[in-house]
Amino acid sequence: MSYQLENTQRGEKYTTIFSKVTPAQRRNRNARSRWRANCLLGLYLILMILPIYWLINMSLQTNSEILGSMTLWPQNLTFDNYIGIFTNSSWYMGYVNSMLYVAMNMLITICVALPAAYAFSRFTFIGDKHLFFWLLTNLMAPPAVFLLPYFQLYYSVGLFDTHIAVALAHCLFNIPLAIWILEGFMSSVPKEIDETAYIDGYSFPRFFVKIFIPMIRSGIGVTLFFLFMFSWVELLLARTLTATNAQPIGMIMTRTSTASGIDWGTLAAAGVLTIIPGILVVYFVRNHIAKGFALGRT
Amino acid sequence: MNNKVPNNRAWLLVLPMLVLVAFSAIIPLMTVVNYSVQDVLGPNARFFTGTEWFESMLNDSALQAAFLRQISFSLIILAIQIPLGIGIALIMPKRGWQASAVLILITLPLLIPWNVVGSIWQIFTRGDIGLMGWGLRELGVDYNITRNAGDAWVTIVLMDVWHWTPLVAMLCYSGLRSIPEAYYQAARIDRASKWAVFRYIQLPKLTNVLVIAVLLRFMHSFMIYAEPFVLTGGGPGSATTFLSQSLTTMAVGQQDLGPSAAFSLIYFLVILLVSWVFYTTIMHMQKDKHPHGGA
Amino acid sequence: MSWMVWTMPTAIFFSSIAAMLAGMTIWEILSPTIERKGFLPISTTRGDRLFIGLLSAAFIHLGVIGFTSLSIWIALAVSAIWLLVLMRWG
Repeated sequence: MSYQLENTQRGEKYTTIFSKVTPAQRRNRNARSRWRANCLLGLYLILMILPIYWLINMSLQTNSEILGSMTLWPQNLTFDNYIGIFTNSSWYMGYVNSMLYVAMNMLITICVALPAAYAFSRFTFIGDKHLFFWLLTNLMAPPAVFLLPYFQLYYSVGLFDTHIAVALAHCLFNIPLAIWILEGFMSSVPKEIDETAYIDGYSFPRFFVKIFIPMIRSGIGVTLFFLFMFSWVELLLARTLTATNAQPIGMIMTRTSTASGIDWGTLAAAGVLTIIPGILVVYFVRNHIAKGFALGRT
Repeated sequence: MNNKVPNNRAWLLVLPMLVLVAFSAIIPLMTVVNYSVQDVLGPNARFFTGTEWFESMLNDSALQAAFLRQISFSLIILAIQIPLGIGIALIMPKRGWQASAVLILITLPLLIPWNVVGSIWQIFTRGDIGLMGWGLRELGVDYNITRNAGDAWVTIVLMDVWHWTPLVAMLCYSGLRSIPEAYYQAARIDRASKWAVFRYIQLPKLTNVLVIAVLLRFMHSFMIYAEPFVLTGGGPGSATTFLSQSLTTMAVGQQDLGPSAAFSLIYFLVILLVSWVFYTTIMHMQKDKHPHGGA
Repeated sequence: MSWMVWTMPTAIFFSSIAAMLAGMTIWEILSPTIERKGFLPISTTRGDRLFIGLLSAAFIHLGVIGFTSLSIWIALAVSAIWLLVLMRWG
């Protein structure tokens, strides 16, 4: 705390020179700068949305309209591309597969990460700092490095082309991430709460489930959001570890490009459908997300 | 801050996680090391080659070029995304429904599967059917990402900025939200200028999240694969072939187990060095602030 | 296990790493380390110095293999000496 107060005091010394304006002028200037900020933000949001808008736009057109002339919005609105996806099991199973392994991964990860994060936030033990660093290096290791042996490993244990294989593989980077985020949240819970609970006769498992987990609820929500995000967007490992039964949607999308050209409408519709689960998840955690992005340590 | 208790039984809490991560990380890593010193032709035909693969990989000019390309890419996107992210975080609304709406909109690109990001930009930048490609052509710009290496580079950087600036913005936004209102009031009473508020109140509070942002962005950009692979396929020529793509082509496409394993290890060591430097820096910064806290 | 294509040198390599970790753990239990500052710009514990030593050893090996025609045993010897120096005075 003290270093910030010191900084504000230092700031004051510098600023008194520049601020010879009346309060009215200042209010005026504030309103103007607020307006300018909103304009800039609006501009950024529009530029950000444009590529997504274009994808939605194309998903609502027929291929002949897409390739025919430049249309800024669909002239003959059609839902054929979506209907095509929802009536073809080889397409919609891709979504089911992706959701399945993402859900499994979230479940496995949160179950093993919660006790581990508690250990890191409350105790010191031999090798704790090195263990933590080793975990983080897994977060940073490029999946391409592990590509070769993964295939062999999961093949030899008989898990190749199953959902659990992808879920386990994604643990490689999701467990370290979950521990990193949860540790931050847990450290901000005062230690006195643990001690009081033990004095009141709570056993460790009961205290953990009944008292501690509810206290870091928002932290867990944010962690699940990140786990969803990184498992949902990853393709390289998911693609390598699956063939037909558990193929992710991202891989099925490559089928739209055939010898006779690319089926742009279906590709766009499939793309739009991959964005929707993300929107749902972010909507549920919107109130915690700002806090969670600081990973508990600001 | 919390004073941690020495307790070696904490290992029991860590153990389940350790088993899982070790299964996914240590066994494959050992296998990569084994591959890297052999020429594996089949299940029963393999020869010990020693350090030969490492030597040829370190002297491979295509890989050296990909490495330089990778580093320049990472530095360019950091130089754009960090200031842009801070800027966006500063102008984001702080409360009300606008705050939620902007938050949801801004996080959107982060939740799109990486290959779909590639597809979105592939469609968006095509001269015949894409808004951006078509628009630039109408304006008389000769823009073609499959033929012009410069255009391909600009597009990939633009795509990455579009995709990942939200992460930096969100991190900074949450850092800014944790500044108590009293600091701003004090600044108002002192009639501090906007720049002074930023420099002496907001920026110090942001350092922690900014280090995390730089770390995450550097690491992710260093392993970028799906987006450029879908958008340009590494071309034109090899102008946008980054390390992960060279590696994947070698490992999966050509099935060169030995060389690609040696390449993986060199790649991994570079990542290890960089993340260690970052991590040590973070930890020492935290130690300076709260001498008893930190992991 | 056969798919892991073990060879004698890599087996020795991983065994010695495992032995080092085990040794460091036992040493830590017998006499806990104290963080200190040597010639390195940061204060380090024993484990930190071992890690720095091993990481730099990896890069010494890569440098010797890739860019010189020296024997790999020279790289190993240099790394071992560097590791000892680091552990003692780092």
